[in-house]
Amino acid sequence: MLPEIGQFLMVLAFCLAAIQSILPLLGAQRGQLSWMRMAPNLAWAQFAALAFAYGLLTYAFIYHDFSVAYAASNSSINLPIEYRISAVWGGHEGSLLLWILILGGWGVAVASFSNNLPVAMSSRVLAVMGMVSVGFIGFMVFTSNPFDRLMMVPLDGNDLNPMLQDPGMIFHPPLLYMGYVGFAVAFAFAMAALIGGRLDASWARWSRPWTTVAWVFLTLGIALGSWWAYAELGWGGWWFWDPVENASFMPWLLATALIHSLAVTEKRGAFRSWTVMLAILTFALTIVGAFLVRSGVITSVHAFATDPTRGVYILVFLAVVIGASLILYAWRAPKVGMGGGFSSWSRETVLLANNVLLVVACSAVFIGTMYPLIIDALGMGKMSVGPPYFNSVFVPLMVPLLIMMIIGPLVSWKNATFKGSFERLYPVLAVGLLAAVVWPLTMGEWGLIPAVMIFIATGIVGTFIVDLLPRIKAPDFAGRIAKMKKLNTSWLGMHVAHVGMAITIIGMAMAASYQTEKDVRVAPGDVVELAGYSFTFKGVQEVRGANYSSLYGTVEIRENGELVTILNPEKRTYDKHQGMPMTQASIDRSVFRDLYVSLGDPVGTTGAWIVRVYYKPFMTWLWTGVIIMSVGGILAISDRRYRVKIKRRLTGRKEEPQAVVD
Amino acid sequence: MKARSKRLVLIGVIIVAFGAAVMLVLNAFQENLVFFHTPTEVKEREVAYDRQIRIGGLVEKGTFKREEETTTVTFNVTDGESSILVSYTGILPDLFREGQGIVAEGKLLTSGLFVASHVFAKHDETYMPPEAAEALKRAAEKAEAAAQATAKPIPVEKGE
Repeated sequence: MLPEIGQFLMVLAFCLAAIQSILPLLGAQRGQLSWMRMAPNLAWAQFAALAFAYGLLTYAFIYHDFSVAYAASNSSINLPIEYRISAVWGGHEGSLLLWILILGGWGVAVASFSNNLPVAMSSRVLAVMGMVSVGFIGFMVFTSNPFDRLMMVPLDGNDLNPMLQDPGMIFHPPLLYMGYVGFAVAFAFAMAALIGGRLDASWARWSRPWTTVAWVFLTLGIALGSWWAYAELGWGGWWFWDPVENASFMPWLLATALIHSLAVTEKRGAFRSWTVMLAILTFALTIVGAFLVRSGVITSVHAFATDPTRGVYILVFLAVVIGASLILYAWRAPKVGMGGGFSSWSRETVLLANNVLLVVACSAVFIGTMYPLIIDALGMGKMSVGPPYFNSVFVPLMVPLLIMMIIGPLVSWKNATFKGSFERLYPVLAVGLLAAVVWPLTMGEWGLIPAVMIFIATGIVGTFIVDLLPRIKAPDFAGRIAKMKKLNTSWLGMHVAHVGMAITIIGMAMAASYQTEKDVRVAPGDVVELAGYSFTFKGVQEVRGANYSSLYGTVEIRENGELVTILNPEKRTYDKHQGMPMTQASIDRSVFRDLYVSLGDPVGTTGAWIVRVYYKPFMTWLWTGVIIMSVGGILAISDRRYRVKIKRRLTGRKEEPQAVVD
Repeated sequence: MKARSKRLVLIGVIIVAFGAAVMLVLNAFQENLVFFHTPTEVKEREVAYDRQIRIGGLVEKGTFKREEETTTVTFNVTDGESSILVSYTGILPDLFREGQGIVAEGKLLTSGLFVASHVFAKHDETYMPPEAAEALKRAAEKAEAAAQATAKPIPVEKGE
């Protein structure tokens, strides 16, 4: 009975979303306040229906209702509770339901925090959100019902795919989806502004915090996925240019461009139509991502088993979204106007270059990802585009972009001079050069790539410092602290995010340039020497887990005879997936290096194994930098100006809903 | 600068940037496109010896050998029609075993040995990599075409 209620709720949510996409929009066009006022309630009702449905599906997983086909194929009696809850998003149908639930959640968030918007604007935003919901809920209702029943109820389920039985599974998909789906909000704001014909600085100010929040989630989601692949897959890599990684990375690149372009639109009123275009494209790329993952066109750890109607549905949805938004754009954008002018050397120019480079980089990734798929679809042969392509295109495009991060924050808006921009930079460049010469030498061997990256990273940090110092200039310590507290958080957020990027760059460059690895065959008692550490292989024993048995290795690591740590790489075989052993790498992390051991295959009869050992310098910096980037994003949106109107409202000045003028 | 010439400069810069990017992409594409071949194609056709290619098929039963004291393995990859000897040094994917569909990326030596730098198996026991499936399909189609050709005197035209 419960699953049927779940199914009913899905249909209900679909209908509510349909009403939400029409009524408030008509209300906004005709000035019907009562219709517009329906929008937040509809958003809440839709979210409640989805949350209830989601709860019912989770219930089926927790209490082993294997009559639900989706639960039967993704859970089992012995699956630990945390994985039963996260197994709900372990397959196509459930992860789509999570996606839709999060979309509904964003709708509710917009409904709750849009009190400072003119009611016509917020109604249009919610109407567009409703349309997006219609598209995705329809996808679920028509092609992928998670509540389908089985005629023959199995005694036990098929268990969650062993790959997904990892703590990463609990956090990676929800965070990533929060990011992905969040760009629907940026898209909805852009569409609402186009419909209303009001594409100005205040639109940028409204849409900016939403875009930044979505960006923060996407950043964390991608990084967590990378962190998971690093720990779980036993390949020791953290980025593979796999089509599905690219599917999340392309919107990230465009969203990063969008954040910067929104800054120009808000501060200077320029780039308006370009910003709208970016919002549309970013959202379109999130749908492309859904297509790549859910249509079965690619082989990947992420690909769900699929049937072709799903791919067709998403393609049609994508065509409708792009078609409709571009028509609206073509109709409305020419009336928008150019906004404030700027000279050829100004903050605007630097940000324009930032946008061009990010868009070009995104296009390069897009071509590399889609070309083999298109050639295959046309029956013109099979080929693949591997990491060498992406590295040789992406890195040269990123270097100028990163160099601009050193200069950018010091260039004034509208009209700057080279002298004014670079004056304060000389000490920074000097320190950067020094670091570029010396730091790589401490790693054993000087190399060009790490040197360039270190120069850039120190430059970015240095720029923050020279930009900060004049702002906190005061005669005494207390004065400096007082000034520090008054710093503009939006400005601070930008610098913190840039510093995070700098730290990540160092992590990437060092790990890529100075890692050492060995694949060796070891018998119990054998010692492997790597980067000054000696790894002693103590052998492998059998250990039993909740729903798997494990070959549990023990490796002792010593440095100059001192015990550093004991690592336990595993090879797990899950009861329900006997044919699918899982490698579980074991990693000792510290500030300056990771030591990484994973088990290959057993060889011979003497208990010998093939073991892979890595020494990876500065890996921790990579992840830490990403967290700092996200903190920067959060700082940026905590800026007072985004809350000004709400405060005014709370102090008693009631705002009249603005009349709708088109 | 006047607004007009300023815009021209901007457009110029953008065109140059795009041009550079396009060159970068095309160049990288030419060097790094990895074409896929079935074992039969490798046997019959001329396949480039100096660049990375991918081959796919099943790991032939009874051909997997591990060289003593090293991490090098050799095995045959077959599409049911022809098979190629592949050697690989390193750790094999978890799902690698005889009879399983795999894809190997690497270079073909003039001796006919395929030296793989990467071996891929799908991360799921129920599916095989699409390239491996494709290799089996192409071989089956060919066999069928051949069977029809012998059954009927009129040669059947097949693409390929």
